[in-house]
Amino acid sequence: MSQITATTTAAAQHPVRAWSGVPILLIALIAAFLFHIAVGAKPLPISTVFEALVSFDATNFDHVIVQNLRLPRAALAVVVGASLSLAGALMQGVTRNPLADPGLLGLTTGAAFAVVVAHTVFGFTSMAFTPWIAMSGALGAAVIVFFISRMVPGGATPLSMTLAGAAVSAFLGTIISVIHLLNQDTFENLRVWLTGALAGRDITLLWYVGPWMLIALIGGILLAPRVTVLAMGDEVAQGLGVRTGILKAQLLAVVVVLTAGSVALAGPLGFIGLVIPHVVRLYVGSDYRWIVPYAALTGAVYLVSVDIVARVAIPPREISTGIITALIGAPLFVHLVRRRTR
Amino acid sequence: MSRLEALQIHAGYAETTILKSVDLVIPDGQVTILIGPNGCGKSTLLKTMARILPPSRGHVLLDGKDIQTLNTKSVAARLGLLPQGPIAPEGLTVRELVAQGRFPHQSLLRQWTKADEVAVNGAMETAGIADFADRAVDTLSGGQRQRCWVAMVLAQETELILLDEPTTFLDLKVQVDLMNLLTGLAHERGRTLVIVLHELSLAAAYADHLVMMKDGQIVASGDPDDIFTTDRLKQVFNLDASVLRDPASGRLVCVPFTARRRVTEAAQ
Repeated sequence: MSQITATTTAAAQHPVRAWSGVPILLIALIAAFLFHIAVGAKPLPISTVFEALVSFDATNFDHVIVQNLRLPRAALAVVVGASLSLAGALMQGVTRNPLADPGLLGLTTGAAFAVVVAHTVFGFTSMAFTPWIAMSGALGAAVIVFFISRMVPGGATPLSMTLAGAAVSAFLGTIISVIHLLNQDTFENLRVWLTGALAGRDITLLWYVGPWMLIALIGGILLAPRVTVLAMGDEVAQGLGVRTGILKAQLLAVVVVLTAGSVALAGPLGFIGLVIPHVVRLYVGSDYRWIVPYAALTGAVYLVSVDIVARVAIPPREISTGIITALIGAPLFVHLVRRRTR
Repeated sequence: MSRLEALQIHAGYAETTILKSVDLVIPDGQVTILIGPNGCGKSTLLKTMARILPPSRGHVLLDGKDIQTLNTKSVAARLGLLPQGPIAPEGLTVRELVAQGRFPHQSLLRQWTKADEVAVNGAMETAGIADFADRAVDTLSGGQRQRCWVAMVLAQETELILLDEPTTFLDLKVQVDLMNLLTGLAHERGRTLVIVLHELSLAAAYADHLVMMKDGQIVASGDPDDIFTTDRLKQVFNLDASVLRDPASGRLVCVPFTARRRVTEAAQ
């Protein structure tokens, strides 16, 4: 009995205690962020990084490295990590599926597919269009996966959704490969991006999608308390005064914007949206009111940290960030499937 | 007086109309129990009265106003619903589940307050689940879990409470405990309850107002003493049974004719 009580979590229902992890995570985020900027081919002292951020001196070469090369990449990691984790947490709540994740349910591949097709087949290389193209791809894939899983006998269960997501991802991934074979040259600049990379990304794209993603992040956190109510079933939610149809549409919009924005910025990074909410649950419990904001913060810390590893693991070369998130995420996915289907 | 009534409602799903011109007045402060064979439309009626399902014709009136014209949250502050077989998200604690009942009383600006805390603790106390407030709902027994859901609806602090088969799959003793809890809410705290039940004797024993349905229509409604009869059970359920009065409690019980007696007769 006391053991069972001990496994339940600190945060539950006590706002003061529940917010207690936020300062810790913010400190961790700032530390990881500064460290991320400091390490690299030319290691910089943290004090120099700090100076470059608060009192930039254009004649100081170290400051230029920080501002022009390293800061954008660190910022990208924060935004993408927070977005994918928050999107994953919302998806797990809405679909009542602990295996939900923008990657596993086909949204990231859908966004990547749309970008590749627009880029190579229709020649849309302007960055201004990329986020919109990615959004339509993510939305299209989400709708297809949902309808396939609905048609399965037994309805949209976690398993049927995951399988439909895998099938749609595999199919779109194959078409991406075919396009690759037919357009070797134009494809070259997408090749690294498709493995999920934070390196060498053009930061101006962040100015196009950043504001949308910020709105979606805030919207997701504001909607989070309703996600717990929705996770108890449509009828319970309606009985408690939630307009479920409108809420689902809002949540879908948030998830699509966050996923598509992340894909446009950093390519299809896998498993972040799956891993982080499950880690966060260990601390805050099962109420999405807390899971969602914590997932955003933890996801940012996680991706910044993973990217540090990607940059320093095998000098002087770099590993693609998406390869590391997959190496960490895939075993956890297998673990969750084993636990769920036992 | 009645705060909730159905006027000539027709309702159903997609092409099929299940309810046909149903009129029902729910008496305030009493326990109304809906019974009827599977597919007779008792759950559909409950959902329509809870505003979950819009009627294709007719009106449901809450405090004299068409419930479909009221906004979702204002209905939820007056009328609570416990649907059939709800499932809590994995790992959610009892306290967290019960706290969801406060949703209609909260908004972006007005988050968790003292009143919410009091309502949640009171609901857990009434439902007898305060001792395991911090345990995960999915680790509890069926009866305890059902009490948690009842507590969630109680925390909603609504005058009207609608429950769809709250006792299904529970042991008889647990069913009785739960029905005592629910009827106590009406008789001691003035709440109005509408309950869909499967168990006929339980329905007859606990209903102040019994409603018998068949094929989307109400066949009989009133005091169980008047309408819970052998003829009605035959008419509504096509069930051969005797209705007896238990000398100890004074309540009516129904005893179905079993096949065994006929087998023994045939053997003789």
